[in-house]
Formats: sequence, structure tokens, C-alpha cells
Amino acid sequence: MSRAEATVPVHAGDRTFELPLLAFQGSPSTLCKGCGHNSITSALIDACKSLGINPYSTVKLSGIGCSSKTPAYFLNYSHGFNALHGRMPSVATGAALANARLTVVGISGDGDTANIGLGQFKHACRRNLPMVYLVEDNGCYGLTKGQFSATADLGAPLRRASGERNTTAPLDLCLEAIAAGASFVARSFAGDRKQLGTLLRAALAHRGMAFLDIISPCVTFNDFPESHKGWDWAKAHEEPLQELGFVPHFEPIEVEQVEGEATRVRMHDGSWITLRALSHAEHDVTDRASALRLLLESREADEFVTGLLYLDSDRPDFVTEQDLVDRPLALLDDESLRPSREAFEAILAEL
Amino acid sequence: MASVTTAPPAPSARREGSTASRSVNDLAIRVGTVNGSGSQSSNLVLLRALNHMGIPCSGKNIFPSNIEGLPTWFHLRASARGYVAHRQDVSILVCMNEQTAADDIRRVAPGAVVIYRDDFKEDVSGLRDDVRMIAVPFQKLVEEAYPNDGTKSYRETLRKVINMVYVGVVAYVTGIELEAVEHGIRREFPGRKAKAGEVNIRAAQAGFGWAAEHLGSEPFACRVERMDATLGQILVDGNRASALGAVFGGASVMTWYPITPSSSLAEAAEEYFKRTRENGDGRKTFAVVQAEDELAAIGMAVGAGWAGARAITATSGPGISLMTEFVGLAYFAEIPVTIIDVQRMGPSTGLPTRTSQGDILKLHLLGHGDCRHPVLIPGSVKECFELTGEAIDLAQRFQTPVFVATDLDLGMNLWLSEPFPYPTRPLQRGKVLDAVDLQRRGGFGRYRDVDGDGVCYRTLPGTEHPAAAYFTRGTGHNESSGYSERPEDWRRNLDRLTRKLETARAELPRPVIAIEPGAKVGLIAYGSTDPAAIEARDLLRAAGVPVSYCRIRALPAADSVAEFVSKCDRVYVIEQNRDGQLCMLLRATLEGSLDDRLFSITHYNGIPIAAGDIVGPVLDWERNFQEHHIPSAQPSPPDPRGNGEGPVVSTE
Repeated sequence: MSRAEATVPVHAGDRTFELPLLAFQGSPSTLCKGCGHNSITSALIDACKSLGINPYSTVKLSGIGCSSKTPAYFLNYSHGFNALHGRMPSVATGAALANARLTVVGISGDGDTANIGLGQFKHACRRNLPMVYLVEDNGCYGLTKGQFSATADLGAPLRRASGERNTTAPLDLCLEAIAAGASFVARSFAGDRKQLGTLLRAALAHRGMAFLDIISPCVTFNDFPESHKGWDWAKAHEEPLQELGFVPHFEPIEVEQVEGEATRVRMHDGSWITLRALSHAEHDVTDRASALRLLLESREADEFVTGLLYLDSDRPDFVTEQDLVDRPLALLDDESLRPSREAFEAILAEL
Repeated sequence: MASVTTAPPAPSARREGSTASRSVNDLAIRVGTVNGSGSQSSNLVLLRALNHMGIPCSGKNIFPSNIEGLPTWFHLRASARGYVAHRQDVSILVCMNEQTAADDIRRVAPGAVVIYRDDFKEDVSGLRDDVRMIAVPFQKLVEEAYPNDGTKSYRETLRKVINMVYVGVVAYVTGIELEAVEHGIRREFPGRKAKAGEVNIRAAQAGFGWAAEHLGSEPFACRVERMDATLGQILVDGNRASALGAVFGGASVMTWYPITPSSSLAEAAEEYFKRTRENGDGRKTFAVVQAEDELAAIGMAVGAGWAGARAITATSGPGISLMTEFVGLAYFAEIPVTIIDVQRMGPSTGLPTRTSQGDILKLHLLGHGDCRHPVLIPGSVKECFELTGEAIDLAQRFQTPVFVATDLDLGMNLWLSEPFPYPTRPLQRGKVLDAVDLQRRGGFGRYRDVDGDGVCYRTLPGTEHPAAAYFTRGTGHNESSGYSERPEDWRRNLDRLTRKLETARAELPRPVIAIEPGAKVGLIAYGSTDPAAIEARDLLRAAGVPVSYCRIRALPAADSVAEFVSKCDRVYVIEQNRDGQLCMLLRATLEGSLDDRLFSITHYNGIPIAAGDIVGPVLDWERNFQEHHIPSAQPSPPDPRGNGEGPVVSTE
């Protein structure tokens, strides 16, 4: 079968249907060659395909910046919204309320989230908004030519002739996310396709705020050897916490429990994440304090720890908490939206 | 924008005539109290009592930005003619707050009645010899009416109940029936509060009884008598009316951030949503979110509107500033969203509890780059209800932000109104294509003007069709919503948006125009200025200056506004802002050479505009024109309808 004719089985509730591969792809990227964001886009397309995510009921939202351009590069059959700088979370909140059946994928960058959008980001975490929230983290502003973002390394040189050093310590977005209340928090690296793919699939299966901080090198402004957001340093220093596996709810789980090291965590939709510790074996992904401690200690030790940091599959998400009717608000008929004349008269009688 | 006024300057407004003469059902009362002392109930009881007696009445709360301790005033007006505008020259002043008593007494018109506490530290009795000063032993009376019942909260309750004593005194002095007062108290203290209501009834009776004993048959200047003008009327504030408009207008997502004076709108809406929009098992056909700020409130509303919800948010001026970027995006990306601005004074905190129409021009042009938005301007609580629902429909039809511009005076004060009509028109959904439509049409271009009216078709996320998805962006885009920096694409899109606004303009609420036969002079006003303008017309007619009147209910203005101006030699544009924002806009946009017929009259001290604030400047201008023989710019042709007997009222 040729590539153009290839189809992908899509799972939509109880239905399964085939869509062309094209449905998952997007326009050609206009980002720089070698940009980490392009790797993430590919990983995301693969994850959506392998899970059979329904593009029709998926929306892809973004803020402003290089990363925020990427929703044009995947899921052709999904509605996209390139919104305002730092304000993607609020648009995602509104869309999720309007149609609770939507799968919401938000793409942001470190400037978009850690600088201008920190408030909305943290409030979205606090609400446990059901969405996948990716930060394509390169520690700098690309579209405006290389300024530091709030995740830039302390002491990093500005990519200009003047070369000033960054004197302000970075924010750790995973720390912020966990502290604020996100229920799925992970860090990955654009160069670790296997781990990233697994985390993306797990994030898509999660019901709640699934936040991924993905180190994604900017080849133009922040890819020099000592940059913690560069290809070489990250490849050399990445320290995966776990060997991760993901078994979607529609597949039988066959995890060998023999070695006594692997653990598995059941997700809300019946999927499973399997974890085999590779480092920091003491870390418990279901323990918020453990995750915070791990992040603080690894920062002190200058470690680049990746993997699943925190997971709470039980915390109710924001949209579920609204207790909405089954039919999406966006599709309600007049009768559902306008109360009766009797209800109206009763209110007027009180005035 | 056109420059400011070119005609001779208008001298300052003057006082209206004294209220010393005896009158029936023409009453204005000012009550000065301390914020947080529970006087609101007492004032509402007076209002309800007047309403119960069938007399048209209105109440205005002139309150501070404070929870407890600062001075606050309540203005009550009863008018046989149905005037409900603010009135400065009161006939009765009640002083419960020593802090402001002397100042209030000095400002009152000659012949007024001043009711004050007899336990003020300073003796105020000698401040005026041309008013009737009545010192009332409020503390003694309330303690007699409500003896210490040993409860822990007795003192606190007493501090509130004392206000009901002045209700009794005022009732006696003005002829408000005690039965009507008791009715009012029972309305204010329903259900579980009934016991407290009985305490308050005793307090009102104590005040009434004391007045009967000590004031005897003294004739007071202002009396009220029963009428039957309020039968079936409702008493409601504009925010509650807007909230009802949202709920019965089929809003499905409401987002907001607390800000005076709009908070009570969102809170009332949530209350009504919960009452009326939960199905049998408690599940909701709405979502209300108190956002982290106004940026998020509008962002959520825009996201919801994009995904197909009927989204609405409510705020005030500072919130509008924060919403600017999203409104610009929603205009350009063509996303339906409704925004209610309950206007208040000033930047930052400004005077958050005082009224203004200072956002009107900003609302119309909000955004960055080329933006213009429909702005609906209710002039009554009934219109707060109607135009909120209308705005939600218009936003869907024209896929754009639609504003509803109310203000604190409309929004937070209580107004008598005929009951609102239950809305029966089907909810307007606009041009939305579903999968079946797409199949039939073989696809669509999100920004293609298929029908030639500037309004394109859209699809909602979740539509199961390969052609449904499109990419929404603030960046330049072509008709297929693809990224484009081509100059012709950008310009064509902006021109289409202009066309869309023109289509919308014809569908906006029409101005209300009342032509006075033979009148050379016109008034233009909008929003909460309407009651003062109506009263001013009567006063001007009596003063020999008959005026026609055009009340604008939406921007951009309808063609009939230009037609109205063209029929007048001079038109005074009355506004509650400093710079005459609407006047500027009309000068810049009205078709024809009409700009030099427009004169700006503005009122901007935070207190609702009164008829006198219009009559004074208009008479001064007119006298100026007569004395200086300044001809009008373009003499108008004689009005063929000029021979009629009374005013011709028409709603175009």
C-alpha cells in the first residue's frame, strides 16, 4: 500500500473507523532545519496515530512563538487555534467547556508559558484542566531573535556580539506545574523519541492536566555545547528516570512482573503505564512530595532528569467537575438553552 | 476625530427652581448614612412603599468604595409624571451620619425638611433658618421599639434597626401610608427573616408615632397620595436584568472576574442559571467560571465561542482594557463573543462606585489595528434584559465581539419597569455548517464571502467531515484561512470586515426618535441618560424651547441618526463623559455635512445626570444663539409635519 492510501484506525467512543494518514499530518514546517520542535511534531503525530486519536474531535491550540506555529504542522483534520501570547490556556478552557467531548492539545513554548503566560498556565494546572499541555522548551525566544526566556540557564550567554550573561535563575516548569496542581507531569527531550512517544501517548490517555516540558533545542539561538537546552549537552546528560511503557486501554496488558522492579500505574481510562526504574529508584511517581524533592535535588546536582515525574489519575478534572449535560454545550438546542416561560414568570414575580 | 466645540462656550448649569411650593407626588428624598449600617433595607422599604401606593418612583445609591464606615447616600424620587432621573434638589433630607450632616444641610434647597439625629455632638439646628429642622430622638425610639433581648448581636442589630425609625418619620412627613411601609418591610424581610421584619415594623411604627405626636398636623410641602401607576410593575436593577437576559438569551458559557459595578451581574446570572438550567439530575446546560483575571475571562469566552458555545462575559472599564488584545483577535479571527461593560468612573480604581459613560468610544474601536465593533446601549432595565439576549444572537450572526454598554446607574440602582416580555424568537445561530452541509457543498472556505454580505460560514470543532477543520489565527489569512502576508489578501479581508459591519449595522437596535413638531433643536442621548433627557424635554418645552429627541441604542449609528440631525438646526449630544465621545464619533462618521450642527453637553462628576444638567446648558446655548444671531450652518427646510398638535413619537 502506498503512503497516500494508507489509513489509520480511529477510536471514537464505541466506534472505530479508518481515516487517511493525511488526517494526522499537517502543512510543511516553516521552522529552522534541525529545530527540536519538528521532532516533537513527528512524535505527536505518531502518538496520535498509534492511539487512534480522533482528529475530528481533537483541537490543537497554541499561544505565540515558534512552538505555537506547530499546530499547523500536524492533525490536518483537527480545528486549530493560534491564539494570543501566553493565553492559550484560557482559550483551551473555553473550548473544553463548550464541547466536553473534545481532546484538547495545547502547544506552547518557554517564553509563552514561563514568561508571559505563567499565570494562565498555573491556573490551568490548578483547575486540572483536561488537556495535553506541551512546552517545547528551548530557553530562548526564537521569533524575536534569541532573547532569554524564564527557563534560560543562569549564566547563559546571549547569542549576540555583546554576549551578556543571564543573571536571573530559571523557573522549572515541572516544579511549577506540580505545585499548582497538574495531575500528570513529565519532562522529556526532543532527541529521545522513544521516551517522548510513550509519554505523549500516556498524556493523551490522561483525563486532567497532562503537562510535558520537552527540552527542544533551538539550533539558531541556543545550541552551543554548554547550553543545557542544546542537542549535545542534553544527549550527553539526559538521565531517564524510567524505562517507560504504555498500554492503551483497548489492548491487553502483558507486563512481566518477574524482576520485581517494574511497577505499573493504571490510568483513569483503563490504560496502563509501566515503569522500570533506571535512576532515582526511590522516587514514587504518585507522590507529589517525592516529585518535588526529586526536582529540587536534581537541579542542585545539575542533573537532566527525564521521564514521568508525577501522576494522579484520580483527581477530578475541571470539566467533569462542572457536571455538564452529556451533549456538548455548543450543540444544545433552544429548549435546553432557554428556560420555560413558567420559570421566567416565577422569577419576575419575585421582583 | 473632529475638534471640540466651535460655538460660544456654554455657561455652567444652574439650579432648578426651589421645591418650597406645595406639591403632591413630586418628591425627592436624600438619606445620608454610614456605609455598612444596614440603611439599604430602610431605603428599599421606602421605595417599595411608594411603589405599593402606585406612585412612580426610583432609587439611587450614591455609595463609596468601602465595606463599612464611609459616608453613603440614597436618593429616592417619587413623581406623578413618571420621572425617574436623578434629582439634586431634594425636598427631604435625612441625616443619620454626623460626618456629612452639616454639608448636606448647607446644600439643601430652601423650604426643605431636614430630619436628623438629636444626638449629634455638634448642634446643627442653627445652620439654616430657611428649612424645617426636625431633631428626632432616634436612639431612644429604637431602644423602646426593640428592647434588649439579651442576644449577643443585640447592639449590632439595633444599629441597623435604627434606620427603620427614619422610615416611619419620613412616612409621616410625606404621607406615605404606614400600611405601605409595613408591606415594604415584609417584602424586604421574607421567609426566615420575618421575625426581624416584625422588629423593623415596630421601629417604623415608633418613628411614625413620634412624628404624629410631635409634628401634629403641621402641613409639609411635599405630600404623596395614592395613584395606580405602578400596578404590575417590577422593581429590578440593570445588572439583574442583564443577567436574566443572558440566561433566557441562551448563554451557555459565562466567564467573569470580580469588578465593581459588574460583579453583581455575573453573580445574579449564576443564581438564575442554577435555578433554571439544571436538568432533573442536577446536570447543567451552562458553565460559569470565575476566571483568574479579565484576560482569562475573555480568553475563555473566546475559546468557548470558537468551539460553538454562546459565550458571554461581564466587566467594567479596567477589565475592558485587559480584554483589548483578545477582542482584537476575536474581531479579526471572527469569533462570536458578548461582552457587557457596566461602566464606572476613571482609570485604575478611579471611582469604582460612581457612574460614567466614559468607555463608549473605546468599546466601539477596541483592539489594535483596524477594529470596529457593534455596541448595544440599553437605556432602561428592560433594555438591559432585551439587548443582552440580542447581543448574544448578534454575536453568533456576525461572528464577532458584540458589546453591551450599560453603566453603574442602570446596573446597580433599582428601577421600576413594566415586566419583561418572555423572549420567543428562536436563538440565532449564524452561518454554521455541519457535516451534512459540508458534504452537500463539497467543502468551504472559512473567510470566503459566499453571500456577499461580508459574513462567512464557519464550522465547529467536532464536526466529522474531512473538510470541516480550519486553522484560526490572528496572523494574516486568505479566504481558506491559510497564512498569508499578501497585501491584497490583507486588504480584501479588512474590506470584507467593513462590509460585514455594514450588514450588521442594519440589523442593530434602531434609535428611538421622537420628533417635536416645529422644533429646530434636537437632543441626542443614550443609555442611562434617557430618563433625564425625557424630563429635560418637558422642562425645555415649558421654557419655550421645544426639542426633538433621538436616543441612540447601538453603534455604529443607524442612517436615521443622520436623518434626524439633518432635520434640526442644532443638536445637543448629551453624554456622561468629559470629552463628548459619541459627539466626536458622530462628527466623524455621520453622512452629509452635519458635524457643525452637533454640540456637546457633558456631565462627568460620577453622580447620575439630572434633567437640570441638560436644561441649564441647553438654555444657555440657545440664549447665546439668539443673542448673537448665529445662524445655523445649513438652514433646514420647513418641516411639513410642523403643524401638528403634539410630539410625534416613532421608533425607527
